[in-house]
This record gives sequence, structure tokens and C-alpha cells, in this order.
Amino acid sequence: MEKQLKLIIESLLFAADKPLRVRDIQECLADTGLPEIAEAMETLRHEYETMDRSFALKEVAEGYQIRTRPDYAPYVLRMTKRSAARLSAAAMETLAIIAYKQPVIRQEIEQFRGVDTGGILRTLLEKNLIRIMGRKHLPGRPLIYGTTRKFLEVFDLNSLESLPKLKEIKEFGIGEAQATQTHESKTPAASTVQEEAVKTKTGGKNSQF
Amino acid sequence: MDYNVKLEMFEGPLDLLLHLIHKNEVDIFDIPISSIADQYLDYLELMKSLEMSIAGDFLVMASTLIHIKSRMLLPGRNEGDEEEDPRLEIARPLLEYMQLKEVAQELSERKILGRDVFARGVGTSFDEYPDMVPKPDVTLFQLIDAFRRVVALGEGQRSLKVSLEKWSVKDKVESIIALLREKSDIFFEEIFAKNQDISELVVTFLALLELVHMGLIKVFQPSHQSRIRLSACFDESNPSVYRGEDGKTA
Repeated sequence: MEKQLKLIIESLLFAADKPLRVRDIQECLADTGLPEIAEAMETLRHEYETMDRSFALKEVAEGYQIRTRPDYAPYVLRMTKRSAARLSAAAMETLAIIAYKQPVIRQEIEQFRGVDTGGILRTLLEKNLIRIMGRKHLPGRPLIYGTTRKFLEVFDLNSLESLPKLKEIKEFGIGEAQATQTHESKTPAASTVQEEAVKTKTGGKNSQF
Repeated sequence: MDYNVKLEMFEGPLDLLLHLIHKNEVDIFDIPISSIADQYLDYLELMKSLEMSIAGDFLVMASTLIHIKSRMLLPGRNEGDEEEDPRLEIARPLLEYMQLKEVAQELSERKILGRDVFARGVGTSFDEYPDMVPKPDVTLFQLIDAFRRVVALGEGQRSLKVSLEKWSVKDKVESIIALLREKSDIFFEEIFAKNQDISELVVTFLALLELVHMGLIKVFQPSHQSRIRLSACFDESNPSVYRGEDGKTA
């Protein structure tokens, strides 16, 4: 039965087009406890790891998903006849500002970048990497931006807490990478904000749309 | 004086400042404000001379730098003073910006879905957009495109002739109706078959639009890739549907 469970879960993961949460998996199974599912999942992950497969079981956006290993990216891209997904450096920076400072308004983003971000925000919205969380009680009722579940999926993150930590920079001149690596990590402002908390905070604002 | 300057692309004033700090290999908490401010202004001048448009934020930063520089020059700033180092005004945002740039870099180095790793199913890459569902109706722009193709076919005989107006929309309306009486269903291109030059093509096209406007013909495209077709909507038994401008029946 234990083996059976593992294979059932594998079939679900195989057929799914988005990361499956343990809850989603449990719904498809009768009378199976979460620990059993977690255990079966761990067995699967271990199997893929040790059996030298081209794919792995990854934890993204608080769910599980079977993903190909990076070594095979060139072949997959050739098969899908598309170029690799990419964002410009400016778009990446804007996305990072939103990810770490959310909920954030455009003016705050532009304070950092010092340039107009209208076009970039539109692109990020189109790609469904950011979303509008509501409007701020300020003159002009500016839109509030935050990242999406898709953002977590694309950047291989389990939750906002798994964002890379902001590093403390005490000095530089030799090169920022060197300087920052030698210093201790600092908890990013965003990681203190629970995703749930963000939701409840903006829940009221959404209704005023 | 001859000199070559390779101007790197700066996104904003903070990027320019960071570049200067890197270039001068100085500590972000001990910025030699006078020299950095001068270099910053030099860059602005250079950008101006290259006819790059300089955003207002660059000027705001320039004035901030000059302001800090002047505050640094004021007497009374001694060691152990309570007053905060005026340079912190730019060091703080710079530091925060550097941190964000760094994590942006880190994020872009992750195993990105649609670039490094792939999942099963559709819609997994962020480069995908929802497909546009083609509308079965012919739009004005499709009509214009089809007309362009017709014009392009006759490009060999392109010449500019100024002549008296030989064709009227009314005449062409009548000839299209005549065509449709022979066959109730024709291809878009057929109505241009005997046309001589561009002005005749244009008049014929206008006549077509006029007929659509009056609801006498239907323009349609059986499938997205097929040719545009016209069909008659007027009553065959009553041929006198079109009334010309003069009120007479056609």
C-alpha cells in the first residue's frame, strides 16, 4: 500500500500543470494522513535524486512540482522552439524592489531607481509576476504592487521567506560582491512580513477598488 | 582636445553615483563628497553634450550633492559632534539600492522556470501570453490589409497621373451590385478585377465600404486564413434597392 501511495502521488505530480500542495494531494486520496503523504513525497524525491533522472521533485510556491534539471535546458528549449525566458536588468531590479518592499507603490519604486518604471511595471504585470494589491490612501490613490504566486514558481522559491537575504554592506571599493560576502546576512524587511499578513493588510484595500 | 569616452548606460542617478563610487574605489560611508559631486556634474555635462535626455531626478541628486558638499564645508563640524554626517543622506539610499541590486542579481541567477528548468504542462514560462483568440468577423484593418495586397499586385503600373475623376463611388456601387447579381457570393479580389489604377481601386474600395454600411452586402471570412468573401444581402426579386444620390433607382 505504501508503494501504491507513492505511485498515486507520482501520477498526480506527473499530470499536474502547476505545483501541487500537500492539501491538493490529500483531497485526491481517501483517508490518507499528511505525514504519510509527506513521507511518500520524500521517498519520491530521494528516488529521482539517486536514480539519476533528468528531472527532480522541487518545492515551489508551497507546493511540489516535477521539473527538469538545468543541464537539459538547451534541449528542452530547442523542442519548445522558444527562447529562454528573460527579463532585462532594469526589470529584474524593479521586480526585486517589489519583492522585498511589498506592498509598495510606484513612487517608492522610482525613489530607488530614479527613472520612470511605468513600462516595466506593465511588462511585469503582463507576465503575471506582479499584481495590483489595492490602492493606497494617499493623494491620487496610487496602486499598490506585490508579487504573485507565479513569481515564486518562476524564481524557484517556496515562499517569500525563502527570498535571498539582503546583505549588510559595510564598505566597498574592491568590488561589492567581495565586500558583501564577508559580512553577515541580515534579515530582509520583507521576510518579516508574512504572506498571510500581507493578504489581510490589503484585503480591505482590495474591496475599495 | 581629443578624448574618447565610453559612456556606460545608467539607469538613474543612484546608478551613476554607484558607478563613481566603484570607479574611485571609495568607501560608501566615507564618500569624498567634493570630488564625487564634481565628477557627477561632469557626467551630467557629458550626457548633455551627447544629447541624452537627463531626467529631473538627476538634477535633484546633483543639488543634493552640492548641498551636502556645502554643509561639509561649514565650520563647527568636529569630531564627536552630535550632528549626523550629512553624507548619510546619500549613503543610506545608496546602501539600500546596492542591496537590492545584489538580490536582483541573485534572483536572476536562480534556476528560473522557462530558462533553466521546465515543468510539465502549458503556461509554465513567464514569457507566455494568453493566446489571442482570432475573431471570426473581418475587421476594418483586415479589410485594409486585403486592399493593400490588391494595390500591391498592380504595383508594376504605378505612376502618378492626374486626371479628371473618372469613377464615382456610385458607379462602383452599381458595378459591385451587378457582380453580385451574377454570382451571389464572390471573392474580395474579384471586385477589383477590371480596375485600371490606384484611384479606381480606391473608389471601388470606398464603394464596398458604402455597401457594407448600407447593409446591402455581407463581408466575411470563412476561416482565419481563407480569402475574404462578399455575399449579397439584397433581395434578388427587387433589384431596385440601391438608390443613388439623385434618388433614381439604380
